[in-house]
Amino acid sequence: MGRNLEDLIIFIGKRFLQLLPVLLGVIVLTFLVTHVAAVDPCPRWYPKASHNVLLACEAQFKLPLWTQFWDYFSQLLVGNWGTSQLGTPVFPVIAAAVPATLELVIASMFLMIVIGIPLGVIAAQYAGRWGDHLVRVLYLSGWSVPTYVGAVVAAVYLAPAVGLPTSGEYSVYPPPFPQVTHMSILDAIIAGNFPYTIDAINHLILPAGVLAFINMGIATRMTRATMLEVLPLDYVKAARMKGLSNFIVLYKHALRNALIATVTVLGLTAGGLLAGTVVIEEVFSWPGIGAYAFEALGGAGVPNFDGAIAVVVVFSIGVVVANLLSDILYGILDPRVEWR
Amino acid sequence: MDAYASLPAPRRLASTAGRTLINFYKVMRANPLSFAGFVLVSITLILSAIVVIHPALIVPYSATQNTGVYNEPPTILRWPPSFAHPFGTDEGGRDIYSDVLLALPLDLGIGIGIAGISVFLGGFLGLVAGYWDKPGTLGGATSTVIMRVTDVFLAFPSLLLALALLASIGRGVATAFLAIFITWWPFYVRLVRGEVLAVKHLPYVTAARAAGVKETRILTRHVLRNVFDPIIVYFTLDIGTVLVTFSTISYIGAGILWPGPSPEWGSMMSYYQGAEPIFIYWWFIAAPAVAIFMTALAYSLLGDGLRDVLDPRTRRALTQSVTTSEPPPEEPALAKATTETSAEAEAAEESEMRS
Repeated sequence: MGRNLEDLIIFIGKRFLQLLPVLLGVIVLTFLVTHVAAVDPCPRWYPKASHNVLLACEAQFKLPLWTQFWDYFSQLLVGNWGTSQLGTPVFPVIAAAVPATLELVIASMFLMIVIGIPLGVIAAQYAGRWGDHLVRVLYLSGWSVPTYVGAVVAAVYLAPAVGLPTSGEYSVYPPPFPQVTHMSILDAIIAGNFPYTIDAINHLILPAGVLAFINMGIATRMTRATMLEVLPLDYVKAARMKGLSNFIVLYKHALRNALIATVTVLGLTAGGLLAGTVVIEEVFSWPGIGAYAFEALGGAGVPNFDGAIAVVVVFSIGVVVANLLSDILYGILDPRVEWR
Repeated sequence: MDAYASLPAPRRLASTAGRTLINFYKVMRANPLSFAGFVLVSITLILSAIVVIHPALIVPYSATQNTGVYNEPPTILRWPPSFAHPFGTDEGGRDIYSDVLLALPLDLGIGIGIAGISVFLGGFLGLVAGYWDKPGTLGGATSTVIMRVTDVFLAFPSLLLALALLASIGRGVATAFLAIFITWWPFYVRLVRGEVLAVKHLPYVTAARAAGVKETRILTRHVLRNVFDPIIVYFTLDIGTVLVTFSTISYIGAGILWPGPSPEWGSMMSYYQGAEPIFIYWWFIAAPAVAIFMTALAYSLLGDGLRDVLDPRTRRALTQSVTTSEPPPEEPALAKATTETSAEAEAAEESEMRS
């Protein structure tokens, strides 16, 4: 069959190698957008800089294209991602911001799984009837809400009503313990600080909830579609004939088969989740790369050229890696896929 | 429907139109939500047509007109919704109802425009990449190149690209348009290629080839016709998604500037949220938010309903009454494709049914 451990290593290795040209393409594309498409970039990027800085910048843009690209690419590879106009190096700031975004994305993915998938099962169970229609309205609503509308409504009108915080990771910042992982909940747990753990969870609920609500539709509709395919199959009928309860048949027998496709699709939503973090983090003051992207690209009035490039590359890497993970996960979950 | 006029025989015209209408009725009866979506979509199209052709009919004020009295203290400008101003007025005395309506054609036009161009470009590349993908040939090489390039573009979140473009070419409709378009077409390449790969080995294609039909004709007449259903579904769904993305790009400051000559829902929300205590003046953002939500929801409902009806697998599970693979007539492009079927294509359809 080709599903040994060695085959798995080859399978993952192959997928990983396929990823490299995509990454290179992403870097080239970012370069083209920021260096070649730019109209009179220097005054735009360095609005408050001195004359010398502007001259140096213009001299750099006059170099041959290939030299410009090589400078940009080699610096990117060695982790020298430049500094912002205020003098802060880019790499450490982004490195500290990535885990916070990861935490947000993982939390909303968790919500998408525990809420979105059962909703899909309910929709399939009542297909064509009112239960189905209700679920459809719910997930299409999420689909149709722009991230900023969801975030603003949650932060301005919903938060005071339910008493949840809407700003940052903790109520008192910085916390009285070292931020080892830069993930708010994990740090509080590592420090053994129980009140801060609860506080961190409270701060995470609204941003993660909004992000999950907006992206949940994909999980729900995929679960529903695959459940509709699985439910008429003989093994489900056999389970019913054995006298198993409806719940066991649906959630243990049928859902298990339907989950393979859903899990794969969840990995593909990473792009949407990451793009959503730009607005969500800005509205909820979450210290992740989304908010950093917003500020680096001029949201705060001081554009940060190096930071902007780095952020676009980091986001694209995030999407590519998420797609890779879902591809690998699909290969592992679906016993029909051969690993060679 | 112009498409019907090009048909040669009046008899076929009548039967095709009748069949399409019956199918449309069945589709709408099968799912009340699709019907709601259809009604909402019609409303948005009619409203934006009126705004473009004869705005004075429904839009009482211009975009930035101050409807208040200049000598009044500023707070008096912020009228809550009333009979004279259905959605209230903002801090500049602007009538929010007028602004929300004036924004409709732009947002809708961007949604339909970008989704439409993406369908054509992505669909064309997807057809080529899916149909001529034999390794070792020129077509195979082209296919590989197309798919690799597509992979790269797919990895870009459009919002991030918009921010990068904002930084390099400045804000404006062009920035937003480019950012969405560059990241949108690759999806259709994937979609169409997948469908073509699934269809092109079916017996009816082989039969057409055995009968001596030219490859390009097989592609345009037989294969293309069969990948149409999913394209229509995603196109309809995408109008809403593009619209949401466009307004989000405006919201983060890369799109249209408000207050300005042309209102846009996302930039309206962004401006009021930053400039005003919206917890008190809730009507500043209520109307644009509801407008964008309802418009996007309309196309999502319609597209989602179409998907269930056009996909034979879910259709079978859903309703026994709807037994058509013919799409409803509200999509003119689709009606054209289905009604232009010659005897040749109908023969192909039959052989497909038998297989």
